[in-house]
Amino acid sequence: MSTLCSTEVDFDELLKEVHALGKSVLRVHAADVDKKARFPTESIKAMREARLMSAYVPEEFGGMGLTLVQVAKICEALGQYCGSSAMIYAMHKIQVACVVHHAQQSEFFCDYLRQLVDEQRLMASATTEIGTGGDLRSSICGVEVTEDQFKLTKKAPVISYGEFADEILVTCRSAPDAPANEQVQVMVRKGEYTAVPLSTWDTMGFRGTCSSGFELTASGSAEQIIPQPFNEILGQTMHPYSHIVWGALWSGIAMDAVNQARAFVRAEARKTPGETPISAIRLGEADQVLQVMRHNVAALAREYDELRSRDCPEVFEEFGFSIRTNNLKLSSSQQLVDIVGRAMLICGISGYRNDSKFSIARHLRDAYGAALMVNNDRILKLNATMLLVHKEG
Amino acid sequence: MSENERLTLVPDIREVLAQHGRFPVENLTEGDDLYNAGLTSLATVAVMLALEDKFNVEFPDSLIGRRTFKSIESIAEAITKLAA
Repeated sequence: MSTLCSTEVDFDELLKEVHALGKSVLRVHAADVDKKARFPTESIKAMREARLMSAYVPEEFGGMGLTLVQVAKICEALGQYCGSSAMIYAMHKIQVACVVHHAQQSEFFCDYLRQLVDEQRLMASATTEIGTGGDLRSSICGVEVTEDQFKLTKKAPVISYGEFADEILVTCRSAPDAPANEQVQVMVRKGEYTAVPLSTWDTMGFRGTCSSGFELTASGSAEQIIPQPFNEILGQTMHPYSHIVWGALWSGIAMDAVNQARAFVRAEARKTPGETPISAIRLGEADQVLQVMRHNVAALAREYDELRSRDCPEVFEEFGFSIRTNNLKLSSSQQLVDIVGRAMLICGISGYRNDSKFSIARHLRDAYGAALMVNNDRILKLNATMLLVHKEG
Repeated sequence: MSENERLTLVPDIREVLAQHGRFPVENLTEGDDLYNAGLTSLATVAVMLALEDKFNVEFPDSLIGRRTFKSIESIAEAITKLAA
């Protein structure tokens, strides 16, 4: 397995490995993971063996030091084999980026990054809270620090793969009596918290993410509080990074649906060589939308890497960048449903069946989740507000 | 507009911030950093629109940004410039 990725050639090799494990592991278990709404243990094990958990950790800590453009390509590749596995990987990567970008001034977190590389640890997050109506910039719970220890209790409506993670980054007020929007992120570690289930995860799609709700009660060393305030982490990293890696894995799901449709059209074409079947026209249409979707993700990922390299974090707070990030989320979540729907139409009843090799049922169920994870209406309203004053120069 | 006239804007600016800023403004001095006090960039939209309405001015693109809304003082300066 390659662990060095400083060059494009190395990265191409890595991407081949990702596709190989996608075919031999993710795809093999995807249906079972979906059917049982179970954690994709085999997929995460394979990703750990390929050392993918530390792909975004800088090389100085032993990671691969990939760019976001490259991480997005990995997410897209994984998405072609199992949407839930790819979503777990993407969410883990968002948390890794939060630590890499906002905690390197802390010795504790530098040590943590080395440990993450060595042990290929899995990070989850608890951002939303029961009672705040989905607003990430507002917390009810606060971290209580006495001397060098912290205590924290949070009622989280969803913590994706919370039961299976080694660490959870928890958003909360910087103190119990701090204002609701004065927030920090605290890393709580397996063995240092208890989680009482509040809800189960029996959903239409992304069933393997096991995103149940929990009441978390945690304690630990005060060093586990990320030094930079959450509003900076959210604006500079969590918000853009999420929508880019999600868009990338959704593109992967769309690509697989289009590939199923292509296989179906081709089987038809074999019956009448020399004559392109009518369904091939629809394949052309689906592919056209897919290209726009993939290019949108790639363009924002490139912009993000470029802005990061300038070391000028204020640019992420500009309305223009926020609006473009939100637009990417809105359009890619809509395009996913559109593309998968077109693929379904091409495959017809074979696509609709659960037990056919052309089944697109899981893709379609996963696809409808995209608009809901951070609800598109909420995002559109934010853009509408910013557009009152912002115009592209 | 003289320094005195600029100072007369301050109570109105405070009122707009209290109504639309979505953070506590009572204890702010004129030079305090509003973003540190809890003003979010999204809330500046409402603040700006309310200021435009109150003072009958229009913020040009060049004045829309963190620098303008950094403090009560900087807002007063911008309005003074626009009303001149």
